[in-house]
Amino acid sequence: MSEKTQSVLSVRGAGKFFPGVKALQDVDFDLRSGEIHALLGENGAGKSTLIKVITGVHPRDAGTVLLDGQEIHPNHPGDAQALGISTVYQEVNLVPTLSVAENLMLERQTLKFGFISWKKTESDAKAALETLGLDIDVNRPLGSYSVAIQQLVAIARAVALDARVLILDEPTASLDAEEIRTLFRIMGELRAKGLGIVFVTHFLDQVYAITDRITVLRNGRLVGTFVTKELAQIDLINHMLGRELAEVSSHRHQDESNFTGKGRQIQIKNLGKKRVLEPVTLDLSGGEIVGLAGLLGSGRTELSELIFGAKKADSGLVFLDGEPVMLRSPRHAIRSGFGLCPEDRKQDGIVAELSVRENIMLALQGRRGWLRPIARAEQQKTADEMIKALGIATPDSEKPVGQLSGGNQQKVILARWLVSKPIFLILDEPTRGIDVGAHADIIKLIKELCDGGLALLVASSELEEIVAFADRVAVMRDRQKVSELTGAEITQDRIIEAIAR
Amino acid sequence: MKINERYYPLLATLAVLALLYGYGIAEHRAFSDTYVLGALLTDNAFLIITAVGMTFVILSGGIDLSVGSMIAFVGVLMAELVTGFGMHPLVAVVISIAVGTLFGAFMGVIIAKFDIQPFIITLAGMFFLRGMCFLINLDSVPIDHPFVADFSGFKIPLPGRGWISAAALLMLITVIAGVVIAHYTRFGRNVYAIGGDRQSAELLGIPVQGTIIRVYTLSGFFSALAGVVFAFYTASAYPLAAVGVELDAIAAVVIGGTLLTGGMGFVVGTFFGGIIMGVIQTLIAFDGSLNSWWTKIMIGALLFGFIVLQRLITRSFSGMRAGAG
Repeated sequence: MSEKTQSVLSVRGAGKFFPGVKALQDVDFDLRSGEIHALLGENGAGKSTLIKVITGVHPRDAGTVLLDGQEIHPNHPGDAQALGISTVYQEVNLVPTLSVAENLMLERQTLKFGFISWKKTESDAKAALETLGLDIDVNRPLGSYSVAIQQLVAIARAVALDARVLILDEPTASLDAEEIRTLFRIMGELRAKGLGIVFVTHFLDQVYAITDRITVLRNGRLVGTFVTKELAQIDLINHMLGRELAEVSSHRHQDESNFTGKGRQIQIKNLGKKRVLEPVTLDLSGGEIVGLAGLLGSGRTELSELIFGAKKADSGLVFLDGEPVMLRSPRHAIRSGFGLCPEDRKQDGIVAELSVRENIMLALQGRRGWLRPIARAEQQKTADEMIKALGIATPDSEKPVGQLSGGNQQKVILARWLVSKPIFLILDEPTRGIDVGAHADIIKLIKELCDGGLALLVASSELEEIVAFADRVAVMRDRQKVSELTGAEITQDRIIEAIAR
Repeated sequence: MKINERYYPLLATLAVLALLYGYGIAEHRAFSDTYVLGALLTDNAFLIITAVGMTFVILSGGIDLSVGSMIAFVGVLMAELVTGFGMHPLVAVVISIAVGTLFGAFMGVIIAKFDIQPFIITLAGMFFLRGMCFLINLDSVPIDHPFVADFSGFKIPLPGRGWISAAALLMLITVIAGVVIAHYTRFGRNVYAIGGDRQSAELLGIPVQGTIIRVYTLSGFFSALAGVVFAFYTASAYPLAAVGVELDAIAAVVIGGTLLTGGMGFVVGTFFGGIIMGVIQTLIAFDGSLNSWWTKIMIGALLFGFIVLQRLITRSFSGMRAGAG
């Protein structure tokens, strides 16, 4: 590596500002030809913003991007592609209904007298795949192949465009171990051919398996660029999370006997799904807060979704007081008294066009069934109570939820579950993207909920938060539960250790 | 070797056609005569020409509801140009097709540039064109001209008692042109790509807007051409002609094996789809005891079957896609 120190892509002082958010600030990034360079950081660290600035999805607000020493100003991904910067996204951006050959050759088919020569086009496609050692029937629809093969086809297309720089944005998110090995072999071969590869992933073992250098971003700023071999994993995690390893005293998890037997018992036994989550076993009881810690992509969200039935588990069962619970769909879960506040509330949680009152009543109405509508006056009363109890800042209960701030939207979702009096509530990143004041409110609420006999599972990447309120912490890593901490064991140190181990 | 799964719907279409035709021949001796075949090609010519244009629209993931009104409008316009202005029918044909194509392009521009549901724009087009018919003419008028008589008199004899008419010939040429455009041009492949996954198509560097405009332009052209064939075939123009043909065309496309959500299908399938609808009609006419509405019942049942079949075939990979994202 040492003789190839020439930068193919270099970013200097890049900045990108959205209204009210500095998504990227003064970031430097260097990619050498013939290296695989990991780009790491938690959600919101600025990884995807940096990629979008490089590929021209977003125009940059500050700084320069140099390709082979020349400043470039791509306006859209097509421009960047023409310049030699190809991107393969986590979601395969090809057309599943078209054949493999067509996906590779769209807009680049060989024409004869203005008409497509299929023979030549297909042999070109075959040749492009052979460079990756992929021998498949190029005439079959792309969608009939596994996501891994689709991913490789996307890479073949990217490489065939005479790419100098290949950006792989979480390409391994939906691949299994065998498929990842194939991908890594191909990445290694491309590296040997002198390509510069940017590799975005959440799996730290993959970072250590394949990359040469690591750049870490946090909160839109550069933390640093490191040589992979010289950076211990625990240091890397500290860089990513940016925690001072100081002890935060916690106040809840001393007397464990307090809540045993008091509430309902929820047992999660070997709940798992192929490619998504290794079987997880976890017990909770009423009045207890269990924290779910782990880096992004560790399986936190996936576990929540499996418990709630939003994704169907292949294995395992969830028991409520010893009785198995049907987890065929969120509806069934809601009927059983489960609730989930999802991570991405815009997409999965609130219905932005509906009013605060309607959003609050959704789960309760869902549980009762649509044949027994709740009287308007009763709805009004419940909604007003909740607005008052949770301190939701809204002029009245009829304002569309989409017009409220993030913290208030989160409170509306909480209110929705509270009125349905759940037995077991899952909060996925309850404090993401909300201001400090609302943050404290929500933590306080979480504790109050629990004292009321509710079993709570709170997934969060904010370790401070977990340490502050959890009675027990399940630590997730690489889509499996790696450790469970109780009582005095719950410290940021111990959690980070468990993640890194 | 395994048969490519893209051909399954087309094979199903062919199987249905063979079954229906075979049943016809088994039940009615006269059915095997080429006269029936010639009549099928002629009687369904305008429908199949329209459906070829509709195939591109549906492949791109859209819909065009204006084609039925377009057929009537072109007929009325031509009749006015020939009888009112005394033009030669060929000149009237060129003008009418140009107007129809431009109107298709206009709808395409609105759909692409303003990113509006094609359903609603072409619905507006459907009302607009139907209204325009009545602005030109309130009644049915004959198109009297020696050229029209020559058109109807043109016959290529087939072995047996049948023949191929000018309308049928035009239709066959249209189908072949459609196959070539769909399969052997970048525009055609881009239509498939957009219907398969529009967002990906955009990221793959396909000119999505331009392609969509051209799709509706093409549909405007084909439906205007169908209007010409229909007017010559009936030798008259009537503002209320071809009501509901847009739905027949969509049915022909779907029975022909094209995925209603776009991205998969074949122009040649549409041809067979149109013929299947014709065969059903002929069978019911041959039977004599059945009400002609049985045609609709049969077509409805076939549509149910085909849509479920398509879902089953595409489930494997569209399901995979949903799982990935």
